[in-house]
Amino acid sequence: MKKSITVFGVMAVSMIAATAQAGTLEDVKARGSLSCGVNTGVPGFSQPDEKNNWTGLDVDTCRAVAAAVLGDANKVSFKPLTTKERFTALQSGEIDVLARNTTWTQTRDTSLGLNFVGVNYYDGQGFLAHKALGVMSAKELDGASVCIQAGTTTELNLADYFRLHGMKYSSVVFDTPEQTREGFESGRCDIFTSDQSQLYAIRSKMADPASAVVLPEVISKEPLGPVVRQGDDAWFNIVKWTLFAQIEAEELGISSANVDDLKANTNNPGIKRILGTEDNAGERLGLSADWAYNAIKQVGNYGEMFERNVGPNTPLAISRGLNAQWNNGGILYAPPLR
Amino acid sequence: MSGRPKTPQASKTAIWNDPTFRAITFQVLASVAIIWFFWVIFDNTLTNMHNRGITTGFGFLNNTAGFGILMSLIDYDETYTYGRTFFVGLLNTLLVSFLGVICATVIGFIVGVARLSNNWLIGKMAAVYVESLRNVPLLLQIFFWNFAVIQPLLPSPKQSYALADMFFLNNRGAYLPKPHFDDRIWLAVVSIFVAIAAIIYMTKWARRRQEETGQPFHTFWAGLGILLGIPAVIYWISGVEFTVDYPVLTGFNMRGGTEIIPELLSLTLALSTYTASFIAEIVRSGILGISHGQTEAARALGLNHGYTLRLVVIPQAMRIIIPPLTSQYLNLVKNSSLATTIGYPDLVGVFMGTTLNQTGQAVEIVGMTLAVYLTISLVISAFMNWWNKHMALVER
Repeated sequence: MKKSITVFGVMAVSMIAATAQAGTLEDVKARGSLSCGVNTGVPGFSQPDEKNNWTGLDVDTCRAVAAAVLGDANKVSFKPLTTKERFTALQSGEIDVLARNTTWTQTRDTSLGLNFVGVNYYDGQGFLAHKALGVMSAKELDGASVCIQAGTTTELNLADYFRLHGMKYSSVVFDTPEQTREGFESGRCDIFTSDQSQLYAIRSKMADPASAVVLPEVISKEPLGPVVRQGDDAWFNIVKWTLFAQIEAEELGISSANVDDLKANTNNPGIKRILGTEDNAGERLGLSADWAYNAIKQVGNYGEMFERNVGPNTPLAISRGLNAQWNNGGILYAPPLR
Repeated sequence: MSGRPKTPQASKTAIWNDPTFRAITFQVLASVAIIWFFWVIFDNTLTNMHNRGITTGFGFLNNTAGFGILMSLIDYDETYTYGRTFFVGLLNTLLVSFLGVICATVIGFIVGVARLSNNWLIGKMAAVYVESLRNVPLLLQIFFWNFAVIQPLLPSPKQSYALADMFFLNNRGAYLPKPHFDDRIWLAVVSIFVAIAAIIYMTKWARRRQEETGQPFHTFWAGLGILLGIPAVIYWISGVEFTVDYPVLTGFNMRGGTEIIPELLSLTLALSTYTASFIAEIVRSGILGISHGQTEAARALGLNHGYTLRLVVIPQAMRIIIPPLTSQYLNLVKNSSLATTIGYPDLVGVFMGTTLNQTGQAVEIVGMTLAVYLTISLVISAFMNWWNKHMALVER
């Protein structure tokens, strides 16, 4: 009898304890590392190599947050997630931030209990076709078979586009990018559709990349960005402003190479505010004064992240396009850090 | 006389020493604890979801789906609702499970009996089949059938295998002409059910006649004649008209006609060969479990090996075979959820994959999917248990 009373008592106490919520910032600091949800393997965005070192644009976004919060860009643990698990992992608290080339849509922003902090890559959906089909444009695709990944905005955009142009299609739906690529390569489908960045990445992984051609049409807007949980505004601000700090740093000309020099010698007030020598932006976020300095020094500004992962010198060879600064032909625009 | 001490009627022990009272009390307490436990979990989940701003409820089933599905046994396109996608996925799962169960049973029985054959080669081949397919993970077998066998064997649509310009086969599927009947076809459909009822009645009558008079009856051929004959006669009498929709190569793919996608074929092959290797072992153990005296007695009566197996051994072995066979059927149904890896649109792929991702309501969707699989499994095991009782030995 005494044992069962103790058991019930422990259960009751644990129920009470479970409902009390600590903020994500405190959790991350207590744990000493950031838990980041990424894709299972998309070159340029999040890809592990044979030693399980992760590289990519989303990976670097997470590392910048870790550097800003914990001071060390390597204190991140990456969880590869499929499209089915990505939102539930974030909702349940298994990860702190989701950086998984996820499109910002109204449904996801409102009905899932999640918030998008911003955009780290402006993308659009396109088509990859077998060159042997001789197709020059997406408008000639009536009746095609399309290989597609499950549960993405890609499926919906595809349906909309074909319905709009009165064309028919049949969609073959797979679980992971690798299976979708295999289906396309084996000839099961004529077309592979996904975000343009993924098309270049997937084509680079094919056995014969020259046998596939990216069609010119971009049929949707796909703003990809990191996601956090609703109800935790302090954490939302931290992730948001870390991304803005990296974009602002590129605009102001701060890079990982010259950040030390600028911190010591500059008299540009904008640069001083970012690097923490003036004003107390870090304190307003609940972080140390060199939050942005750490992020820029260890991961780089937005331009460096882009060049390193998807830029012209990488196998993906994507040009800046929309992802250039607002005063340089693109639409990347960080609100003032003051 | 017996020397047994009489139990005093008047003395009452304390109520908490009464075994009946104690039993009832503990059972009530345990039930209350279990109900409280589940209620707390349910309430906790709902409260947490509400606090985090996650929408709950089943209202999403009425929203427009907006995505296409590769194969559907009922009408479907992007303008239908999410609830409709649930039924499309469910029917696809039931289809592949049904085909898989039938094929697996047939192959399993054949291989199981072959393993016991006197012919050394057949026995060894069956053994190799069982050992190799049992030990390779099913996911790899599905990939093998789809990407290494079916896909490379089939040509692209422009080079389809064609038969009489009506039947086509390529790596997008098998295409058959689709007849469209007018409304009078329901007469022929009803006549099929009438024919089946007639066959059942005839089988019972023939068996009774054989037990009374010993005369055998060619039940099988008569049954086949009835099944084909009655609907054909009704069809001819009612004068149904039909048009045929032929598949034609337009642009990228065939259009028109009925399409059977290759993923259905590779999934059915993989599931049935894999499950058949387990069923073969169950059949073998059932047959070996029948005492050898039965076989000897049957041979002494002059029955050859085939009749012995069919009329004496296997009917008794069914009692041993049916319970593990039920488990294998349930495994097959659940394993069909691996269809998402090759693009076959089953319940898990369509509903728990795409719909879950578009609406984000994981708890409701996963709950519905679990309930569906649980119901299918319970129905299958209820039917098999009924059949097992039907087969059970009536003890004297």
